[in-house]
Amino acid sequence: MSTPRTSKAGFGWLLKMAWRDGRASWGRILLFMASTILGIAAVVSIQSFSDTLKDNIALQSKELMGADFTIDTDKKPNERVTFLMDSLGGYDAREVSFASMASFSNTDQTRLVRVRGIEGNFPFYGSLETEPATAAANYQSNGGALVDATLMMQFGISPGDTINLGEISLPVLGALEKAPGSTSMFGAIAPPVIIPHQFIGPSQLVQLGSRVDYNFYFEDTTTNLELLDQKVDPILDDENADMDTHTSTSSRLGRRYENFGKFLNLVAFIALLLGCVGIASSIHIYIKEKLPSAALLKCLGASRKQTFMIYLLQIAFMGLLGGILGVVIGLLLQQLFPYFLEDLLPVSLSLSISVPAVVSGLLLGVLMSVLFALYPLLSTLGVSPLATLRKQDTQNALPKKWGWGVFALILLSIFLISLWLLDNAKYAIWFVVGIAITFAILSGVAHLFMQGIKKFFPKHWNFEARQSLLNLFRPQNQTLILILAIGVGSFLISTLYFTKDMLLQEATLADQQDNPNIVLLDVQSDQREGVAQTIEGNEMNVISDIPIVTMRVASIKGRSVNDLRRDTTSTINRWVLSHEFRTTYRDHMVKSETLLEGEFIDSASRQGVIPISVSENFARDTQTNVGDTVAFNIQGVVMTTEVKSIRTVDWSRMEPNFNIVFPAGILENAPQFRVFTTKAGSETVSAQFQQQLVKLYPNISVLDLRQLLSILQDLLAKISWIINFIASFSIFTGIIVLFGAIRSTKFQRTKESVLLRTLGAKGKQITKIVALEYLYLGALGSLIGILLSLIGCWLLAWFAFETTFTPSWFPFLVLFPAITLLTLFIGWSNSRGVIKSPPLQVLRRGS
Amino acid sequence: MAYILKVDNLTKSYSSGNRSLTVLNDVSFVIPEGSSFSIVGPSGSGKTTLLGLCAGLDTTDSGSITLCGTELKTLSEDQRAVLRNQKVGFVFQDFQLLPTLTAIENVVVPLELQGVKNADATGRELLEKVGLGERMHHYPNQLSGGEQQRVALARAFSNKPQILFADEPTGNLDEATGEKVTELLFNLNKEAGTTLVIVTHDMELARMTDHMIRLKGGKLIENKAAL
Ligand SMILES: Nc1ncnc2c1ncn2[C@@H]1O[C@H](COP(=O)(O)OP(=O)(O)OP(=O)(O)O)[C@@H](O)[C@H]1O
Ligand SMILES: [Mg+2]
Repeated sequence: MSTPRTSKAGFGWLLKMAWRDGRASWGRILLFMASTILGIAAVVSIQSFSDTLKDNIALQSKELMGADFTIDTDKKPNERVTFLMDSLGGYDAREVSFASMASFSNTDQTRLVRVRGIEGNFPFYGSLETEPATAAANYQSNGGALVDATLMMQFGISPGDTINLGEISLPVLGALEKAPGSTSMFGAIAPPVIIPHQFIGPSQLVQLGSRVDYNFYFEDTTTNLELLDQKVDPILDDENADMDTHTSTSSRLGRRYENFGKFLNLVAFIALLLGCVGIASSIHIYIKEKLPSAALLKCLGASRKQTFMIYLLQIAFMGLLGGILGVVIGLLLQQLFPYFLEDLLPVSLSLSISVPAVVSGLLLGVLMSVLFALYPLLSTLGVSPLATLRKQDTQNALPKKWGWGVFALILLSIFLISLWLLDNAKYAIWFVVGIAITFAILSGVAHLFMQGIKKFFPKHWNFEARQSLLNLFRPQNQTLILILAIGVGSFLISTLYFTKDMLLQEATLADQQDNPNIVLLDVQSDQREGVAQTIEGNEMNVISDIPIVTMRVASIKGRSVNDLRRDTTSTINRWVLSHEFRTTYRDHMVKSETLLEGEFIDSASRQGVIPISVSENFARDTQTNVGDTVAFNIQGVVMTTEVKSIRTVDWSRMEPNFNIVFPAGILENAPQFRVFTTKAGSETVSAQFQQQLVKLYPNISVLDLRQLLSILQDLLAKISWIINFIASFSIFTGIIVLFGAIRSTKFQRTKESVLLRTLGAKGKQITKIVALEYLYLGALGSLIGILLSLIGCWLLAWFAFETTFTPSWFPFLVLFPAITLLTLFIGWSNSRGVIKSPPLQVLRRGS
Repeated sequence: MAYILKVDNLTKSYSSGNRSLTVLNDVSFVIPEGSSFSIVGPSGSGKTTLLGLCAGLDTTDSGSITLCGTELKTLSEDQRAVLRNQKVGFVFQDFQLLPTLTAIENVVVPLELQGVKNADATGRELLEKVGLGERMHHYPNQLSGGEQQRVALARAFSNKPQILFADEPTGNLDEATGEKVTELLFNLNKEAGTTLVIVTHDMELARMTDHMIRLKGGKLIENKAAL
C-alpha cells in the first residue's frame, strides 16, 4: 500500500472549524479582543486627526502665510536687500512688528503686546477675521487698531475704546480673532495688535535694542518658488535676511504639529501594547483549555498545520474584528479633537477619514493579536495526539528557542511600528528600549511584591483577608498582567502630573525669596536714573541693572562667517552665524553661572586681545575652546576676542543670562541699552508699577513672571487635557483586561466559591474575599505605577534641573483611590455571577 | 492469513527525570483482518501505551508496527494523521467529543477532514443508527455519558475504518449502558467487517472477542483465541 496522501480538507473547512469552535466562546473571545479596541481607537483617532491636520495646513498654506512668499529681516533692509526685492518686482505689502507695552482708556491694566504695523493689502490670501467683520477692511483707512480678541475680553475693552502705544493713541476698531502670521501659542504671551504702518514712526517705539522684525510680503503666483528660494536665500543669508515661501512655512508648521501627534501616537501605542499583553495572557488560558481538542483533532487525522490554522484563524478574525471596532471608535473620537484643541490649532479643519489610518488600524488589530497570541498558539503544534488517551499534562513545554523567537518577533514588530509612527530609527530604538525597560521594571517590581507577600505572608490576618491574598497566587492567575496594566496606566497619568509640577515649580521657585519677578527690557541708557527711581518709588528694589550690547559673530578661529556659511563640510551650528547676540560686560560671575574651564577675566583694556567668557552651548555650537579667537561685529565695529573661559549657565532661571560675557573696560562706550530686574511684592503693586512705567517710558517692555506663570499653566492645562485623554486609554484598557482576566478564570473561581459554600462559608464572606482580592490588585497596581513615576520624575528633576520638586498630591489623593476603587467595583460586579452560580452547574461542567 | 496489524518485538520506555521506565518489553502479536481482539491486564501494565503505539499516536523505541500494510516508522507525524483519518477509528474511555461542536458536527469531523462535501447525511444516518436521531444538535455537555459514548461510536464509524481502537469503551458507563455500547460495537464490526481492538478490564467483554492477549508489567504473558 502506498504512503497516504495529505488530507484533502481545504481552507474552507478550516474556516468552518474555526467558526464552530469559536462559536461557544464567542463572548469570551470578544472580550479578549476588546482589550485591543481602545488602543487601536486611540492610535487611529490620532493618526487620522494628524493626517487631516497636516493636509489642511498644506491646503491652506497660502492662507496661513497670507502671501506667496515673504522676506524678513531684523534690521532695516540695507541697499542690497532693497535692490534684491526690487528685482523681484517689489513687495506688495510690508509689516514692522515688535513687542511693546499697551495701555487702554477703559482700564488701568497694561499688557505686553505684539504690535504689527501693516502697510498694503495684506493678507492676499485668507483674511483678518475681526468682530465686527468690517473692522478688518476699514482699519487702514480709518486709522485704528485691531486688538487680540482674548485680550479685549480679559480687559473688558470694546470697540471705540482707545489703545495707547508709545506716543500714539488709536481707537480700537475691532477684536482680532485670527490673522495670518499670528499663532495662538505666542499670542498668549504677547497678544497681537494690528495697526496701520504709518503710525509706527510716530509711536517712537522703534529704538535702540528693540527687537524689530521687518516683513515684506509678495504676491506671485507665476514664479517657481522653490527655485527662487534656492537662488535668493544664500544672498539674503549674507545680509541676515531670510526668504520663506508659503509651502516651506506651512510644511515647517505641519512638522511641528506632526511631532506633537507622533508623541501622542506613542502614548496611544502604549495603550495598545498593554491591550496586547492582556490578549497574550487571556489567549494563554484559552488555548490551554483548547489543547485537548487539538490533540483529539490530530487523533482523528488532522495535520499539525491544520490544527494550528484553526486556532490561528480564530485569533486573526478576532483581531480583525477588534481592528474594525477600533477604527470606528477612533474615527468617532476624532470628531472630539477639534472641539477640545480649538485654541491650539492654526487652521480650521474639515475633518475627513484618513485612509492610511483606517488601514493601519485594521492591520494593527490583526498583526498585534496574532503576534501576541503566537506563543500560546504554537503549543497547538506541539501537543501530542497521545494526550487523548492519557490525561498527561497537555502543557508540554515548547522548545525554549520558540519562545525567544516569538519574543524577538514581537520586539521587531514593535520597533517597526514605532519606526513607522516616528519616522526615525534612533527614536524608535529608544522607544522600544524604553518600553522594554518600563515593562521590565514594572513587572519586576510587581513580581518582587508578590514574592514578598508570599514570604512574609500575614498569617495572623482573618480568614477572608488571607484567602483573598492567596487568590492572587491561584493557578492561571493573571495578577502580574493586571498589575502591569493598572501600573502602566497610573504611571502615565501621574508622570503627566509630576512633569507639570516640575515645570511649574521651576517657574514658581523664581517667584520666591529675592528672585526677581519683573524684567524690564529695552531700557535706554538715558532712562536709567528715571527707571530706578520709579522702581524705588513703588517701594521695590532694583535687583539688577544689566547693560546689553548687541553684536553678531564676524569670524570664528579666523574664518569669516560668510566663508563658513558656504563651507558645506563645516559642522558649526548655523544659528550662531546669523544670530544677533545680546551680550553684557561685567567683572564677576553671577549665581546662575559656574566656571567650567579657563579663568574668568574681570577687566581688560582695548589694547591687546580682548578676553571673553562664553557659555558651554556657545562653545559647543561654534566648536571653540579656551584660547580660540572669535571676532564680533558690534554695530559696524569688528572686535577680535579670545575665549578665556567657558561657563555652564542655568538658563531656567528667570534672570537675564548670556552666551557671551565681556570683561569690564571694553564695551562701556558702545551703543547699548539695559535690562532691569525687580521684584513686586503683590499683584497690585506690580500692576500699579507697570502702569506708571508705561506712561513714563512707553518704549520699555515689561515681562511679568506672574503673568507668564498663569499663561504657562493655561497652556499646560490645554495640552494635558489631550495627554490625560490618551493616558486614560491605558487605564481603560487595564479595566478591560481585568474583565477578560475575570472571565478567563471564571470557571475556577466558581468552583472555589462553590467549594467554600459547600464547606459552610456564607455568601457575605465569599463576596468579601472577592472584593478584597481586587482591592489588593488595584491598590498594588496603582501604587507601583505612581511610585515608579514619582521616582522617575524625581531623578529627572535631580539630574536634569538639579532641583527637587514637591510632587502634587493629586496622584496620591485622587488617582490612587479612584483606580483602586474602580478595580474593586469592576472585579466585584463582574464576579457576582460566579458567587451566585448553582453548584450543580459547576459539577456538570467539570465532567 | 491476512493481518491488518502486526507488532514485532515492540519495546517502549519512558524516562521521567533521570530514571527510565520500560513500559512495554519485547511485545509481538498479529491481528487478523476483520477479527475482534482484546487486550487485558492489570492497571499500569501498558495497555493504553500499546494501543497508542499501534494507532501511531506515539513513536516506538525499538521493534516495528505494521498497520494496514504500512510500517508506521516510515511515516511522518502528519502522514500518520492522514492514515488514521482514512483507516482508523477511535473510541475512548472518556468519550473525547469536541465540546464546542454539536453531536452531528462531531460525527462528521473525520469525513470533513477527508474533504467529503455534504457529510451531514451520513452523519444523520449514523446518529440514527446509534439511537440519537433526536439529539443531533445537542452539545456534548447536554448529553449523558452513555449518549456521548454513542456519539463517539458514530464518529468512529463515520469514515468506515478498517480498524477500530477502543480503550475501555465501557469503563465510565453503568452495566446496562455498557452492554448497549458493546452491542453496537460488535454489530458494526460484523456489518462493516471492521477489525475491533478493545482494551478492557471487563473479562466478560474480553471473552466476546476472537482473540485476547494479556499484558503484565509490560510483557505479553498470554496470547490465545477466546473460548
Ligand atoms: N509519559 C509517560 N511518562 C512516564 N511514564 C509513563 C508515561 N506514560 C505512561 N507511563 C507509565 O507506563 C505505565 C503503563 O501505562 P498505561 O497507561 O499504558 O497502563 P494501562 O495498562 O493502560 O493502565 P490502566 O489500566 O490503569 O489504564 C504506567 O506505569 C505509567 O505510569
Ligand atoms: Mg489505560
